[in-house]
Amino acid sequence: MADKTTIIVQSGDMDKLYSALIVSNGSLAMGMEVSLYFTFWGLLRLKKGGLEKGPLSKMHFLGLGKKMMLGRMKKNNVASLERLMADFKELGGKIIACEMTMDIMGLKRSDLIEDIIDDYGAVGTYIQEARHSAITLFI
Amino acid sequence: MAEIYVDVRGETCPVPLVEMRKAVRKAQPGDVIEITGNNAASKKEIPMAADALSLAVISIEELDDIWKIKIQK
Repeated sequence: MADKTTIIVQSGDMDKLYSALIVSNGSLAMGMEVSLYFTFWGLLRLKKGGLEKGPLSKMHFLGLGKKMMLGRMKKNNVASLERLMADFKELGGKIIACEMTMDIMGLKRSDLIEDIIDDYGAVGTYIQEARHSAITLFI
Repeated sequence: MAEIYVDVRGETCPVPLVEMRKAVRKAQPGDVIEITGNNAASKKEIPMAADALSLAVISIEELDDIWKIKIQK
């Protein structure tokens, strides 16, 4: 497979994680390889139990906005982030955790969902992935 | 040659595409995969994905907003 999608997941916001995983799963479904590079606030979503914890990027309103949004998403049968992540892994998607962010935030590997993380790296790891990618995004 | 049925009625983006891809991965060459759904965008996009995966689209039918797409691995 030649085509590849590489995304820097810098935001920990719920809606942006949806964007990242939907683009990723679409790419995988259409035969591409995908690498997600989780850094900064995005990395917090890889903490154990952290996947669904992100706030809405707009109109969060101390959690009330998120609650309403989740209600509307449920009504429209939108898949949960857990489900999207499970599909992402099943279709062979790769997850890289930023080691510098882990140092800054004082996170150990054991604090993260280790079984979904394929690699731990720095900018060089990202460039190696991105330079061969047809699609690169920063979310 | 087996026929594989995938029901994604009620599912929305990106689940129909993902379920199609999962079924294709598990299928043997020659198997026919029939996907049934009602998400309008997916009716256009499943053939696009089949094309990207170099799979043949055998038929696309629609009745009362429910579509059936057959692709062959």
